[in-house]
Amino acid sequence: MIQNLLWLVPTAPLIGAIMLGLFGPALGNRLSGLIGTASVGIAAVIAIGIAVTGHGHPFTQTLWCWAALPGFRVNIGLYLDPVSLLMMLVITIIGCLIHLFSTEYMQGEDGYSRFFAYLNLFVAAMLLLVLADDLLVLFVGWEGVGVCSYLLVGFWLTEPQNGWAAQKSFIVTRIADIFMLIGLLLLSIDLSTLSIQPMLAAATAAWPHGGAVPTIAAALLLIGGLGKSAQVPLQTWLPDAMAGPTPVSALIHAATMVTAGVYLVVRLHVLFLLAPAVLTAIACGAVATLLIAAFAGLVQSDIKRVLAYSTMSQIGYMFLALGVGAWPAAMFHFLSHAVFKALLFLSAGAISMRLHHEQDIFKMGGLRTEIPAAFWCFLIGGTALAALPIISCGFFSKEMVLGFVFSAPGIGPALWGAAIFGALLTSIYIFRAVFIVFFGPVTTEASGAYGIRIILPIVTLSTAALSIGWLETPHFLGGAETFSNFLVPATGAIPRHAITPLVPLAGICVPLAGLGIAWTLYRNGFWHAQAARPATALAGFLRGGSGFDAVYDALFTRPFLWTVAVLRQDPVDQSFNLLQRAAIIAHRRLRLTQTGQLRRYAGWLMAGSLATILLLVFG
Amino acid sequence: MIAWGYPATLAAALFLLGLIGLLARRGLVFVLMSIEIMLNATGLLFITAGMRWANPDGQVMLIFVLNLAGAELALGLILLLRLRARNKTLDGDSAILLRDSP
Repeated sequence: MIQNLLWLVPTAPLIGAIMLGLFGPALGNRLSGLIGTASVGIAAVIAIGIAVTGHGHPFTQTLWCWAALPGFRVNIGLYLDPVSLLMMLVITIIGCLIHLFSTEYMQGEDGYSRFFAYLNLFVAAMLLLVLADDLLVLFVGWEGVGVCSYLLVGFWLTEPQNGWAAQKSFIVTRIADIFMLIGLLLLSIDLSTLSIQPMLAAATAAWPHGGAVPTIAAALLLIGGLGKSAQVPLQTWLPDAMAGPTPVSALIHAATMVTAGVYLVVRLHVLFLLAPAVLTAIACGAVATLLIAAFAGLVQSDIKRVLAYSTMSQIGYMFLALGVGAWPAAMFHFLSHAVFKALLFLSAGAISMRLHHEQDIFKMGGLRTEIPAAFWCFLIGGTALAALPIISCGFFSKEMVLGFVFSAPGIGPALWGAAIFGALLTSIYIFRAVFIVFFGPVTTEASGAYGIRIILPIVTLSTAALSIGWLETPHFLGGAETFSNFLVPATGAIPRHAITPLVPLAGICVPLAGLGIAWTLYRNGFWHAQAARPATALAGFLRGGSGFDAVYDALFTRPFLWTVAVLRQDPVDQSFNLLQRAAIIAHRRLRLTQTGQLRRYAGWLMAGSLATILLLVFG
Repeated sequence: MIAWGYPATLAAALFLLGLIGLLARRGLVFVLMSIEIMLNATGLLFITAGMRWANPDGQVMLIFVLNLAGAELALGLILLLRLRARNKTLDGDSAILLRDSP
């Protein structure tokens, strides 16, 4: 049974990481790249094998007992159901492609084997996260992902600002993790188990729908998820995380890290269903995130930052789907996003590779004829991100999300309106980047050529981006439900409601309208003119992600630094220093009497003797 | 009973004189002499006390004191010679190598 090899899926990349970590520099670049890619490749092969031979039943593999306390037991075990199977497939396959891409992309960089050690550890931690049977084991993977993102964002460690970016991503997600940890403690106290399936069963049995305890627990876990998934109000780390190498961004945005929050909510959706208030908050926060990020994407000039904000915005769509209880829609958008975002980042990396690591889109231009391979792949990724109808996977997944959002009771149509506006912005900003980078006159000459290790991943991902959308189609395109049927054992059947034809019509028209707007503004020279002018207050505000950094700086960083400055002197310790100072002053006074003069000493001697005698006689 | 008040007063006066000499004189030879006077004053007081209580211990103590004074004088004179060889003076206030005032 290949299912019994499940333990090898997270272990293979871990072994790779340990080997590379211990012997990396001695192995040489070729072997390091081979080990790094092969270890994830082995995991991918096993994952595919499990997927092909599996029969849909949830499968648990308990490895050993971590801690057994009276009334509380933690097992290290793996749990496989359609949701974790899907995550596992995406992580291993896309991870493997990204590793393959990196072997060529990172050629000639210092710390080549260190890079692959970190990447392998990252993949291993993420696999542990999605396969964990117990929330405590999940938390280990969760923290492992955080550590690896820190290591990889700060990979080019000679530049101080990379270190700052790495620290920012680490600290912001850590703040979220503290809330998550409190949530876990709350669950473990009230339900006395953290093993996910028994815990969820106990939660439904013990807690009333909409009660205070499940709401608090779900909210705490959600904050953890928001931090990892870069959602408002904890999204500030993601754009700065672009300091890392491009394959790292691809890995963080597509396969690992930022999707962890989505996975957490889907995995614990039973608990979140007990807390409808939290679900509403998720939906509202998601709309805020996707709009803020889309506006920010409109004014970026760094190609990677455009993509970073687009990730934030797309994860916002996933959370929006979660907020209305459409778990399959969130997972489907996760799948298509993983494919096209990995494609976009790898294409962007492939572009900047040929342009001496230039990332400013206004210094590129006319690359359509210079590097056609990267152009077509980036274009396919861009159409998927913009959700152009029929040809892109993003259309089908976004259509599914929007359909569920529209039919949600209560504020559904309002959320849908905001989301469709976000879709318009998405289409505008990604095609703005496409037109500026690939059309017009050539501004920077491309140099070099691509090897097979660059071409293979981006072509594979392009093919996937064009095809996987057909797994789940709207009613007017056949109404295939392969994907949601696949997820039924994990999420339960979520019926689609009949909706007005207006919704799919808007979903078709809006991306095309965005494309048209972007083209018109490009032809008018608006984008270039806007970039050449000094930024207006509004553009500056949007570019910085709507001022969250400034607010946090004023609200948290400055008071914290002020407190540090005050406490650095240690006021309590000062009172003890007074004693020391008194002793020093007394010493200075007394040493004046030490003159070295014999006569004076004799005088003091006499005075002392006399005083003693007087004391004895008259005292 | 012999009147012991006079010798005791004489001893006190001698001691005071020696003390004043010790504190006031800068020449170290005079300082040594002052110490001798103070020791003699003490010896006189011992004899007086021995006489007062009809106890020979006072005379024993005088012999001790005289021995002590002799030994001390020998040592003191050596130190004075060394000091003179070093400082070319016998001024006590010049021997302040161990002072600690700033």
